[in-house]
Amino acid sequence: MLDASEGYITEDGRKIGGVVMEMKNITLRFGGVVAIKDISFDIREGEIRAIIGPNGAGKSSMLNVISGFYVPQEGEVWFHGQKRPPMRPYEVARQGIARTFQNIALFEGMSVLDNVMTGRLNYMQAGLFAQAIWRGKAEREETENREAVEKIIDFLEIQHIRKTPVSRLPYGLKKRVELARALAAEPKLLLLDEPMAGMNVEEKEDMSRFILDVNDEFGTTIALIEHDMGVVMDLSDRVVVMDYGKKIGDGTPDEVRNNQEVIDAYLGVAHD
Amino acid sequence: MSDQLIYATEVILNGLMAGVLYALVALGFVLIYKASGIFNYAQGVMALFAAMTLVGIMNGQVPFAHLINAIFGAHITHFGWNVPALLAILMTMAVMVLMAWCVQHFVMRHLVGQEPIILFMATIGLAYFLEGVADLMWGSEIKTLDVGLPQGLNVWIDDTTYGIFGYGFFIDNLDIVATVIAAILVAALVAFSQYTKQGRAMRAVADDHQAALSVGISLSFIWVLVWSVAGFVALVAGIMWGTKSGVQFSLSLIALKALPVLMLGGFTSIPGAIVGGLIIGVGEKLFEFAIGPLVGGATENWFAYVLALIFLVFRPQGLFGEKIIERV
Repeated sequence: MLDASEGYITEDGRKIGGVVMEMKNITLRFGGVVAIKDISFDIREGEIRAIIGPNGAGKSSMLNVISGFYVPQEGEVWFHGQKRPPMRPYEVARQGIARTFQNIALFEGMSVLDNVMTGRLNYMQAGLFAQAIWRGKAEREETENREAVEKIIDFLEIQHIRKTPVSRLPYGLKKRVELARALAAEPKLLLLDEPMAGMNVEEKEDMSRFILDVNDEFGTTIALIEHDMGVVMDLSDRVVVMDYGKKIGDGTPDEVRNNQEVIDAYLGVAHD
Repeated sequence: MSDQLIYATEVILNGLMAGVLYALVALGFVLIYKASGIFNYAQGVMALFAAMTLVGIMNGQVPFAHLINAIFGAHITHFGWNVPALLAILMTMAVMVLMAWCVQHFVMRHLVGQEPIILFMATIGLAYFLEGVADLMWGSEIKTLDVGLPQGLNVWIDDTTYGIFGYGFFIDNLDIVATVIAAILVAALVAFSQYTKQGRAMRAVADDHQAALSVGISLSFIWVLVWSVAGFVALVAGIMWGTKSGVQFSLSLIALKALPVLMLGGFTSIPGAIVGGLIIGVGEKLFEFAIGPLVGGATENWFAYVLALIFLVFRPQGLFGEKIIERV
């Protein structure tokens, strides 16, 4: 199961590769509260991996562990076959792990274009002096990065708001801009923290389509947290189910749906 | 033109130039406040520290000479050389970057996420510490600073205006130079923050820490950068004020003059700092000229603060500050 060389073919014919990220026996505590208890799972290349669970199950904590915002007390994080030492969030981002936030963290004072451009910061290598005289390398870099960003803006259909300050956008569009910024980094692994939280049905459908398209078009590996069971089951290839900080299920949507423990956690245990 | 109008014009010109110097100090505050939400009380002392370091390096003074002499019983004071101004300025800048690094690593890094008032208190401590270090390093006597900037009456303006109005304007060459340098500095800062990678990262950090982390920006690096830039601005302000009125401890009090500028311009706006500085500069000179004689003069000491008070009452966010909206 954990053999990195092996992959599998999904029902809709996409080829899923080896393991990109592996969480081994992760335990995370806040003082006396155990947010995550000894959880292990892996994320494979090219797949859409969902983490679901009721409120307070520890899903967001898990995402924060992957993105380096939290450092677990126990357990190991393996990325591309290497054990990752404790890292700061910006170092994790530089390794190619991009993320969005549950409560949207955008640069409100900047335009949509500038926001998405910040996703490219790590692709800008020219020194301060080269940038100061704005020649050669710096200029070429800026052009290349602009092209990459424009492609993503087109892809997510936000051309019409390119120059708009983010603070003036409605909620649904902000979520999309945040996705654009994460994509601009051309991440090896994209983490989405409740990408559809607070959206209406139409916005949810749009977002689902974009997530599928991103995965399809760029082959981006995606790990997402979601509340809406229906959405998750349609989107994801494999699902981890968490409850009270423990893993209670892991498998394809169908396997998870028929798992008694998962049903109990979501619906409560039936009273006979 | 009537005599009064001609005098007033001269007063306004002088006010504008004084305003540029105020703006220069205020700019240092704005940079740090924008990027980290810290009101840096030490900005004025940083200007003093920079000016003292510059003088010390130029004169070939041995840093910590008193301390060394006291410990080892030596009698060294000078290396016996003089460093050219430009080289000395570069070396001083290096010292300011080192200071920025120390501030970040020994103080601010440990206070991330604390209340603004705690950060403010930390900068008060920093101000006194830095003042002590400056004293210990270079001695506390008043020094003159001369990096070769032109000083004194600008004869050309005097002659020309005399030819036109029959009255020669008194404009100090140093003020003209300060204005030009401040304009270049501001243009450079704006270009830096708008068009470079580091500038973009700086704006990102100013806007949202979490988001900045998630796109791979090191907060610690950016803060060192911001304190360095503020150190550079302090150096420029220190050179201008130091040349004008000598390098002495009262130099650190120019920070107090920057406060009303910030109230007017808003704490978060670079253009605000400029416009605020100019308004205060012109305002206090004009007020002294027009009303001063009626109330016995010396209005320059308090005019700026009264103006700031009025602004606090009617427009607390300043002219260019972010609007304060309270959600209930």
